[in-house]
Amino acid sequence: MTGAYTAVGTGFTPPDVDWAPLAPVLLVLGAGVAGVLVEAFVPQRLRRPVQLVLALAATAGALVAVAALWAGVRDTGGTVVLGGSMILDGPALVLQGMVALLALVALLVVADRGQNGEDAFAPQAAAVPGSQYERTATEQGLAQTEVYPLVLFASGGMMIFPAAGDLLTMFVALEVLSLPLYILSGLGRRHRLWSQEAAMKYFLLGAFTSAIFLFGVALLYGFAGSVRLSVIAEATATTVGLDPLLLGGVVMVAIGLLFKVGAVPFHAWTPDVYQGAPTPITGFMAACTKVAAFGALLRLVYVVVPAVEWDLRPVLWAVVILTIAVGTLASLAQQDMKRILGYSAIAHTGFILTGVVALDVDGVSGVLFYLLAYGAAVIGAFAVVTLVRSVDAQGRVTGEATHLNQWAGLGRRSPWLAGAFCLFMLSFAGIPLTAGFIGKFAVFTAAVDGGATPLAVAGVVGSAVAVFFYIRIVMVLFFSSRSPEADRVHGAVTVVRSEGLTTVAIGLAVVATIGLGVLPSPVLDLVGEAARFIP
Amino acid sequence: MNLSNYLVLASVLFAIGATTVLLRRNAIIVFMGVELMLNATNLVLVTFARQHGDLSGQVMAFFVMVVAAAEVVVGLAIIVQIFRTRRSASVDDVNLLKS
Repeated sequence: MTGAYTAVGTGFTPPDVDWAPLAPVLLVLGAGVAGVLVEAFVPQRLRRPVQLVLALAATAGALVAVAALWAGVRDTGGTVVLGGSMILDGPALVLQGMVALLALVALLVVADRGQNGEDAFAPQAAAVPGSQYERTATEQGLAQTEVYPLVLFASGGMMIFPAAGDLLTMFVALEVLSLPLYILSGLGRRHRLWSQEAAMKYFLLGAFTSAIFLFGVALLYGFAGSVRLSVIAEATATTVGLDPLLLGGVVMVAIGLLFKVGAVPFHAWTPDVYQGAPTPITGFMAACTKVAAFGALLRLVYVVVPAVEWDLRPVLWAVVILTIAVGTLASLAQQDMKRILGYSAIAHTGFILTGVVALDVDGVSGVLFYLLAYGAAVIGAFAVVTLVRSVDAQGRVTGEATHLNQWAGLGRRSPWLAGAFCLFMLSFAGIPLTAGFIGKFAVFTAAVDGGATPLAVAGVVGSAVAVFFYIRIVMVLFFSSRSPEADRVHGAVTVVRSEGLTTVAIGLAVVATIGLGVLPSPVLDLVGEAARFIP
Repeated sequence: MNLSNYLVLASVLFAIGATTVLLRRNAIIVFMGVELMLNATNLVLVTFARQHGDLSGQVMAFFVMVVAAAEVVVGLAIIVQIFRTRRSASVDDVNLLKS
C-alpha cells in the first residue's frame, strides 16, 4: 500500500495549461486583483488615477489580446483549454472582445466627474443616507474607488461566461459577473434609497435564479454523468424518448440565463434595477451583461438544445413573443428616462432572442452584430442621461433629471448632446443608416431562414410599435418646449460640464452607431467567420 | 440503499427553499431560502456522483459552497445596509421603484 501511495505522490504531473488563449480573461481579472491591492497600498489622493489607468489598460490590453488571438482562431476554429472547462472558439472570442470594448467605453463614463468633482458613486457606501457621516465623507471629497476593481471582476466573469465549456464554469462565471454588479447597483451617490433598493431586488432575484440554474446543472449532471457541454450533447444524441432529467435540466439552466438577459417572464428586475442603479453602471450592465448572457445562451442553445428542440420550441417561442410584447407596450407607458430604457432593453432582448431561437448559423452572426450595435447605443444613451441634471432652488446641480418632461426642449439648448441621444434612439428604433437597422435585419432574416417566421413577424410588429415611442422621445427633445409648470414640479434642468470622459464615450458610441450602420460589411464578415461553435 | 430517496429529499428541500423565497417577507429569511435551495442542489450533486461513480459531482458541491459563501458576504452587506437605512428588512417595504 505504501508503495502505491509513493507512486501516486511522485507520479503527480502538473496540468498542462495553454495560457495564451486565456490572456484576455487573465489580464482583466489580474488587473482586478491588482486594483484591490491598490486600494490597500496607494495613498488616497492617487487611487483614482491609478485605478482608472489600470482599468483602462486592462480592458484595452484584453482587446489587443483578442485581436492577436483572432487569426489563429479563424484558421483552426478555436481551442479547448483547461481540460475542456473553457472553449475559445470564434463566438467566444468575438464576445470577449465585445465585452472588453464595451467595458472600456463604460469605464470612461464610470470614471467621469461633474463640475464639482463628484462622481456617480456614494463617497462612503457604508454611510447611512442622510447621516452626519455621509455629509462628512462628502465634504472630505472621499470616493469609493473600489468601483474600478469591481467593474473589472464583473467584466472578467462576463468574458468567461460565453467561453465556458462546462456548466460548472458557467455557474462560477455567472456568480463572478453577478456579485460585483449587485454591489455596484447599490453604490449610487444620489437617490441612495432607490439605489439600495435596486441592489436588494437584483440580489434576491439573482440569487434565486442562480439557485434554479444550479439545480438544472445538477439534473443535467445526473442525466449525462458530466457537466461538460460536449458530453451532454453526446448523451442527448443517444437518448431515446424524453428524459425528465434532460428536459428539466435544460429548462432550469435556460431560466437562469433568460433571467440574466431580462426575458419575460423573468424580467421583473430589469426596470427597477436600471432605474435605481448609478447610471454609468446601468449602461455597463445593459451592454456587457447582455453580451455575456446571450453568449452563454447561444452556446447552450446551439450545443445542447438541438436534441430537445421540438419539446422546447413552443416555450421558447412564447418567451420571445411575450418579451417583445411586454417590452414595447410597457415602455409606452413610462415617464422616467431610465425606466424607458429599461423596458426598451427588455424589448431588445426579445428581438435578439428571435435570432437565438432561429437555430441557424446566420442567427449566431446576427445576434453577435446586434449585441455590438445595441451595446454601443445603450452605453451612449445612458452616458447622455448622466449629464442631464436637475438644479435645486439654490442653483446647485443635484441628481439626474430623468423625468421625460424635464428633457423637453433639450435639443435647443444642447443640440449636440440631444442629437447624439436621438441618434441612439433611432438606432434602437432600427432606422436605416444606423447600426440598429442592420442588427434587426440580420436577426429577423435569420429567424425566417431558421423556420421561425412568426417570430420575425412579431419582431417586425414590435419594432414598429417601438419606433413610435423612440420617435416620441425625439419629438420631446426637439419639438416641445419646457413649460414653467414642469420646471416648478420637477425643478430646473441643466447639462453639466464634466471632465470630458463621458463626452469621449458618447463620441465613440456615435461613431460606432453610424459606422456600423453605414459600413457594416467588415464587421458582418468578421462575425460571419466567427459563427461556428466548437461543441 | 435506494439513491432516489436522496433525490426526493433534495427536491423537497429545494421546493421548501423556493417557497420560502416566494412567500416570506423578511429579506434574511428569503435569503435563507436561497441557501436552502443551494444546499438541496449539493445533495443532488453528491447523490448523482455516487450513482455515476464519478467524483466530479462531489467536487462541484465544494464549488457551490464557496460560491454560496461569497453570495452571503454580498447579500448580507446589502440587506444590513438597507436595514440600517430603513430600520426594516421587509421586502415589502422596499417599494420606491415603480412605474
